[in-house]
Amino acid sequence: MIWGVLQFPGSCDERDALHACGQLGEARLVWHEDGELGGGVDGVVVPGGFSYGDYLRAGAIARFSPAMEAVAALAADGGPVLGICNGFQVLCEAGLLPGALLRNEDLRFVHRQVDLLDAEGASLSIPVKHGEGRYWAPDDVLDELERNGRVAYRYAPGQNPNGSARDIAGVANETGNVLGLMPHPEHAVDPLTGSTDGLHIFRRLERVLA
Amino acid sequence: MPRARVLIRPKEGILDPQGKAVERALPALGFDGVEHVRVGRMVELEAEDPERLTELCEKLLANPLIEDFEIESL
Repeated sequence: MIWGVLQFPGSCDERDALHACGQLGEARLVWHEDGELGGGVDGVVVPGGFSYGDYLRAGAIARFSPAMEAVAALAADGGPVLGICNGFQVLCEAGLLPGALLRNEDLRFVHRQVDLLDAEGASLSIPVKHGEGRYWAPDDVLDELERNGRVAYRYAPGQNPNGSARDIAGVANETGNVLGLMPHPEHAVDPLTGSTDGLHIFRRLERVLA
Repeated sequence: MPRARVLIRPKEGILDPQGKAVERALPALGFDGVEHVRVGRMVELEAEDPERLTELCEKLLANPLIEDFEIESL
């Protein structure tokens, strides 16, 4: 599988995303001004950082970039798209995922290792680092997400770092090929940094193609 | 060119931690009896076609899922 990793002005996690994707397949950078993902790119990571300075609202400007149009087209075709942190915010702003990410409940930037539970209850140890990660959506949308198994990851009980509704850390689109989450799987792919659980999340997207 | 001011605020019912922080700071400064503080954003602009401001707000200046906006002609 060939991964494209988007780079906006202000992105800062694209290197780790490339490293993570490179462990599973081939990975290349896609510049935000590129209206096409380039030959052979099967899936995309929208990485973390502060795209376009996060001016106005996190992700609000990035969603209008030419590369995001290409990402929307890939997503519509069923291609795997993974939005991490700022990338999750971009996907929500772009309407590819429901809901929004708001300022953390206690206004503090959080950076620590947390345990996530996937829909089957398996636990993953992944770091978070964000100031605007409080997932919010109207109650009827949250109900629908839960009913259809679209809550991909929750913070383990007692570990919700930002006040997210129903402890939600990550959600998927209706067809399951677009996934966004606040925690950073790309920082958890090497025993050196304490966990390799992040690779499970990249593999989940790989399976979209299978 | 016609000038306008856009006021953007978090929707009712959505926790506004910035507003809460301001509210909690006020009594220490002797400002008692202040409640329901909400912190939003204000954008001033000049637009050739003010008719399109609503669309502009919906698409960029505000996120209609979480924010309300008001357009005021100046």
